[in-house]
Amino acid sequence: MSFLFVAIGGFLGSILRFYIATKTNKHFVGTWIANITGSTILGFLFFFYHAEEISDGFWLFAGVGFCGAYTTFSTFGNETIQLLVDKKYRTALSYVVSSITVSIGVVVLTLTLL
Amino acid sequence: MNPKLVLAVGLGGMIGAISRYSIALFIAEETVFPYATLITNLIGCFLLSYLLNHYVIKDVLPPQLFTALTTGVIGSFTTFSTFAVETITTWQTSILLAIIYMTSNILGGLALCYVGFRIAPSKRRATS
Repeated sequence: MSFLFVAIGGFLGSILRFYIATKTNKHFVGTWIANITGSTILGFLFFFYHAEEISDGFWLFAGVGFCGAYTTFSTFGNETIQLLVDKKYRTALSYVVSSITVSIGVVVLTLTLL
Repeated sequence: MNPKLVLAVGLGGMIGAISRYSIALFIAEETVFPYATLITNLIGCFLLSYLLNHYVIKDVLPPQLFTALTTGVIGSFTTFSTFAVETITTWQTSILLAIIYMTSNILGGLALCYVGFRIAPSKRRATS
């Protein structure tokens, strides 16, 4: 049963990420948006899951499945390498630094404010 | 968007998410260091860059299957949101471990993406 929750979440999350990527013409900004918004949602879910306000099933669906699949690390890495290969060093550095600081920042903010 | 392509990505995403969850269950994190996500992200980084830069695979596979495999399966297999949340949860137990976790994801992931990119046979390298 737990696999089913993860699978449905993964189905929806990957489609939403693909949709955003298509809308941004597969530019890394699409991945950036997905990673930041997905991290924010997971921060909220993590808080309520630990407060035992959401069920295991919902956590598996929304947290592990949806947020896990909606955000991506491999595309982030691949896009960064492509920027480096194209000698766009400043863009690559801004992409990496902003992805990490903003995603971790919103999680800290979410967990502190809640 | 092509509905068949959307469905293909979604099905790939299912497989990727289930694989990631299976690794997490298999590793059964009782340690303070989140190995499962790190291992998943490192494997996925290598595979994605390798596939995206492999000119034969890209040409041979039907486009829908290729997108399902890359954007769908590997995209969903790796995760950024869990990485962000786990960095913070690790930070609450050990700042040092959190920094190690963060840098090993970033540096390891980027290094493996580069390895995947370099060892994938490309047309440019094959003909030169």
